[in-house]
Amino acid sequence: MRAFTQFIKQLFEQNGAKYPDGGQPSICELRKNALALFMQKELPDKRIQGWQQSVLNKKVRTDYIQKLVPDPYRPLEEYFKCRVQDLHPTVLPISNGWYISEKQEVSIDEHGVITGGLLAAICQFPELVLPLLPHPDLAAENGLVALNEALFNDGVFIYVPDNVKVEKPAQIVSLMNTTDSLLVNNRHIIVLGKNAELSLIQCDDSIQKESSLTNNVSEIYLDEGAHLHYYKTENKDADSLLLHHVFVHQKQSSTFISTAITFNAGYTCNTFHVNLNEPFAEAKLYGLYLVDKEQICDNHIFVNHAAADCRSYQMYKGIMDDEAMANFHGHILVAPDSQRTAAFQTNKNLLLTDKAHVTTKPFLEIYADDVQCSHGATVGQLDEEALYYLRTRGIGEATANRLLMFAFANEIVQNVEIEALRDRLGNMVQHRLHGELNVCAQCMLNNNIVFPISLEE
Amino acid sequence: MLRIEDLHVSIKDREILKGVNLNVKAGEVHAIMGPNGTGKSTLASAIAGKSGYEVTQGSVWFKGKNLLELSVEDRAREGVFIGFQYPVEIPGVSIANFMRTALNEVRKYRGLDPLNGAQFLKLMAEKQKVVELTDKLSTRSVNEGFSGGEKKRNEIFQMALLDPYLAILDETDSGLDIDALRIVANGINHLRGEDKAIIVITHYQRLLDYIVPDVVHVLFDGKIVMSGPKELALELEKRGYDWIKEEYEQGKL
Repeated sequence: MRAFTQFIKQLFEQNGAKYPDGGQPSICELRKNALALFMQKELPDKRIQGWQQSVLNKKVRTDYIQKLVPDPYRPLEEYFKCRVQDLHPTVLPISNGWYISEKQEVSIDEHGVITGGLLAAICQFPELVLPLLPHPDLAAENGLVALNEALFNDGVFIYVPDNVKVEKPAQIVSLMNTTDSLLVNNRHIIVLGKNAELSLIQCDDSIQKESSLTNNVSEIYLDEGAHLHYYKTENKDADSLLLHHVFVHQKQSSTFISTAITFNAGYTCNTFHVNLNEPFAEAKLYGLYLVDKEQICDNHIFVNHAAADCRSYQMYKGIMDDEAMANFHGHILVAPDSQRTAAFQTNKNLLLTDKAHVTTKPFLEIYADDVQCSHGATVGQLDEEALYYLRTRGIGEATANRLLMFAFANEIVQNVEIEALRDRLGNMVQHRLHGELNVCAQCMLNNNIVFPISLEE
Repeated sequence: MLRIEDLHVSIKDREILKGVNLNVKAGEVHAIMGPNGTGKSTLASAIAGKSGYEVTQGSVWFKGKNLLELSVEDRAREGVFIGFQYPVEIPGVSIANFMRTALNEVRKYRGLDPLNGAQFLKLMAEKQKVVELTDKLSTRSVNEGFSGGEKKRNEIFQMALLDPYLAILDETDSGLDIDALRIVANGINHLRGEDKAIIVITHYQRLLDYIVPDVVHVLFDGKIVMSGPKELALELEKRGYDWIKEEYEQGKL
């Protein structure tokens, strides 16, 4: 048994009775079973497809602290303000792993949209939330998902009833506001009813210097015709580890569109596992990782075409500077009866130094015969012809480089449909390419610097 | 304005230009014609400073400066513009961002204040009219998904914005229909002025109906083998290039 596994076992034995159960004894069972599974599986390592290059086992520590109760309530505005102008989201704040709210209950608006903390939702609507709490097939996943299920503290619950189109975006803001090395396992559950629509933004940020391990799981259920725009970004301390598994369960004609942008963290691992369970479901997954120094970013994408007539599209791009490392593992599975599948995948990488490193593994597994599939991966430098073209117009080499890097990255940012968010993310990417922001103590979205459209220094 | 003396240029040790001499004065329009593969585009690339185009001999003087000693961007900042035969597509860079960046870098080099957003947009709107490009242009990526004609109009638009002293237009007329040709030609004529010069590289006479050259040169086998008045273009259109080849091979040129 590895030291980290031993540590988790001890932690669970110490804290077992103190883990929140939302008043439901079944949760206690759930945790125990999940822990047993984690003990078997341990953290994913090179034996698991896609994890051959992972440094996770080298990075984890064995002195993490779990906070078993929330910090005393303080309004979010006192220590955090997101300044994406004109966004005006419904903010769902999480501090040190706990949903923070003045009241105990979840919010329900006039259309029946429920938003709030997961534990509060379990207490109020056990019949709605409990069936969605266990991961549907825990044994099939790597040990991190079992770890989350065993140790989860809190999370966010969102429920959008049938035919409700939520106009205001929801924004989960997860803050690490401590210098302790915390172990946080948030479980988020997002449910969209038939033809429901929602935009959800998820941000992870450090407010102080910290070296936490965050291992989150989001379960997203999209009923027939539901439509979710999902945006994920983070700006974390260089000593922190952030892992996030997003499971998407899609019914007929539903649409899931995600844009995941990785700016800063010591180690970031984003996993998207999309199940296209019924015909005409569609998933579009866009990702961008801009890493430098000794940062590491892993992206695992698994699109499961379990039904006919579904479409999926993936485009992930990365820029690696200094000694940064990235892994992309993209797996498309087309089941035998999933005819007329269309599945596309692209991963493009720019390496700016000789010491930067990327591993990219596109992986198609196709058992149906009537399918349109493609995948492609590139690792390279900036386009010399384009650089020359820019320079012939009087643009200096350094600026031309940045302009092209921004262009490369902006192809992902352009897919953000909320204009205010798109503009801000675009600005953040520009800052990032100038080498700024990596010492940012607050959320980057909080950073209110006005950009000139030219990239002059 | 531009004085090219005995210019020899090699690409990967193969000599393409074998001693080009050309003198272009302010206010003049020169046309360089000639069959395929004789070095016309190489001449444009060498003047622009493209890497891989090695100048083995000769000099290029522009407004009293040795152009060959300057970087690609500094040549542009001095006021040399190259209109490309095949402009590259740059996905993700909007034309507005591209041109504002370029214009402000040029202005900085010349000791001028940068244009702010409003000033730039006003100037851009004005220059768009010259080549009849729509407002949507500013948000589009450079040349991405443009038709051949749109790419060429975009080149002329860039030229109009940057307002160079010397424009070298490499087959800007190729692939254009009559309307596009007229628009492009209008854009080029818009640039003409007493302190400006234009070199048009072309295969065909038809662009020269719109942009009347002061001198027509024939580039053959890496050298300018014949120069003459605008009527030379008509003669080439009528007779083709075979007679040039013959006379050149007989040592008459």
